[in-house]
Amino acid sequence: MEFVTQHPVLVVSLIKIAIALFVVMTALAYLTWFERKVVARIQSRWGPYWVGPHGLLQPLADGVKFLFKEDIVPPMVDKVAYVLAPFLALAIALTTLALIPIGPATINVLGQPTQLVISHSNIALILLFAISSIGIYAVVLAGWSSNSKYPLMGGLRSSAQMISYELPLSLAIAAPLLLSNTLSLHDLVVTQEGGIWHWNVLRGPFPQIFSFVIFLIAAFAETNRVPFDLPEAENELVAGFHVEYSSMKFASFFMAEYCNMITVSSMATLLFLGGWTAPWPAAYGSRFVPVLIFALAGVVALYHGIETLRRRDRLTFPVFGVVFLAIAGVFLLPMVQEWLLPLFWFCAKTGALLFAFMWIRGTLPRFRYDQLMGFTWKFLFPVAMLNLLVTGLLVAWFS
Amino acid sequence: MDVILFLVFAIIAVVCAINVVVQAHPISSAVSLVGVMGSLAVLYLLLGAEFLAAAQVIVYAGAVMVLFVFVIMLLNAGAESRKGHSLMVQVLAVPLLVTLLGLLAYIVQRIYRSDTTVHFGGFTHGTPQDVGRALFTGYLLPFEVTSILILIAILGAIVLARKEID
Repeated sequence: MEFVTQHPVLVVSLIKIAIALFVVMTALAYLTWFERKVVARIQSRWGPYWVGPHGLLQPLADGVKFLFKEDIVPPMVDKVAYVLAPFLALAIALTTLALIPIGPATINVLGQPTQLVISHSNIALILLFAISSIGIYAVVLAGWSSNSKYPLMGGLRSSAQMISYELPLSLAIAAPLLLSNTLSLHDLVVTQEGGIWHWNVLRGPFPQIFSFVIFLIAAFAETNRVPFDLPEAENELVAGFHVEYSSMKFASFFMAEYCNMITVSSMATLLFLGGWTAPWPAAYGSRFVPVLIFALAGVVALYHGIETLRRRDRLTFPVFGVVFLAIAGVFLLPMVQEWLLPLFWFCAKTGALLFAFMWIRGTLPRFRYDQLMGFTWKFLFPVAMLNLLVTGLLVAWFS
Repeated sequence: MDVILFLVFAIIAVVCAINVVVQAHPISSAVSLVGVMGSLAVLYLLLGAEFLAAAQVIVYAGAVMVLFVFVIMLLNAGAESRKGHSLMVQVLAVPLLVTLLGLLAYIVQRIYRSDTTVHFGGFTHGTPQDVGRALFTGYLLPFEVTSILILIAILGAIVLARKEID
């Protein structure tokens, strides 16, 4: 207790890190479930269905499976780099999350006013860039240290791809910064307050809709997602850079990929979509939107619970319905609205972008390698440059 | 706290720098160099040059060294073989190294007298705004000239590479 009173900042930071880690790890696990469900729906399948109600315990089963699989280290690998790579991937992916604010409110923990972000920085955006630019070594080292041809090709491809797509990505980020005129992620959102027409994606003098699209395309490439998942193209490279990995080491790469998806989605939310601000002011009733959504979800679940195909759904659907209705009720409580509403909008926007990731995975085929490189250098990069130029000129003209 | 961080990252930087030379495989050397760049960035950050620290990581660790590693992997360079050193190298290496380090320490001490002490975080002009303003006012000419220099270097690289292909 003495330690707590002596180092309040340290203790509060540790508490925040613990909470964030728990929430993010759970979110990562359920993101895999969500992705499998979304892709299954697109492909007219059921997806995970039997482990728990609607496959909801599938991530847990997967985690247990990963833990108990044999951890194979192939004999000819470079041991240090081989072990370092998955650790590096996950560590860097999680570190970037420390800089992302999820709400405007300051809450009191142990008498210490603290913001809803682990580490506040005035140059958070640049730091985010710096940390995530290190992440590429995980893929490269994994590919090289495995000492086998497919991982090496995967590592080569990914280093070329990530360097190339980092250029349009940073140019796309630079343009909205000209509008907001700050590098702090918190202040960036503050400049976008007041409704959807103040968000950077629609804001004058030059709406950043092009930047937004370029950012999303480049972000797909940076996170090695379909249609840019050339480093792990199954039909060419078996599984690319992580062929030789098994058990928790493989799971680390998997988790890092999902964590990076969360990071870029929340970056897009903060930069272009107004962060945690509501699409229209609270005076016009935007604070009843979450209540409405959750209540609707609850009613739909209850309705489906009346007549179900499987016997156990007669129990699970009403339970979910009641849970959703309870959440809707929580949003009506005035004392939690102050920090719960921004949190809802932030999660909703980030979730919508994450859904787009999965939607596109289920829709688009993979690029060919030369198409991939030609696309970024001959199209994306010049367009991003032009966009930045026009934005700069218009901002200078109107200010 | 600052002193502890400084010592930790200074030691990491030096160990990684030695590792760059000692390692037999080029990839291991390159990765050690990344370690040097990263710990240098932390040292910049400790001194208060936050933008420089971030730029150091983005440019050197994130772009330049990735290209290095990429080329090493592309050429599939193997570990270099160690040959026995000649007698003169074995005898003279350590004394010469000690002399060089001693000379360097002496010169540094002569140039920077004890009245110019460095404070952690004492430098407060390291924000992106300050760096940008400095680049476009006081250092505009060097900045532009450097960019032209880089352009010339790129052109030179293209000319050299084309000759190889023809």
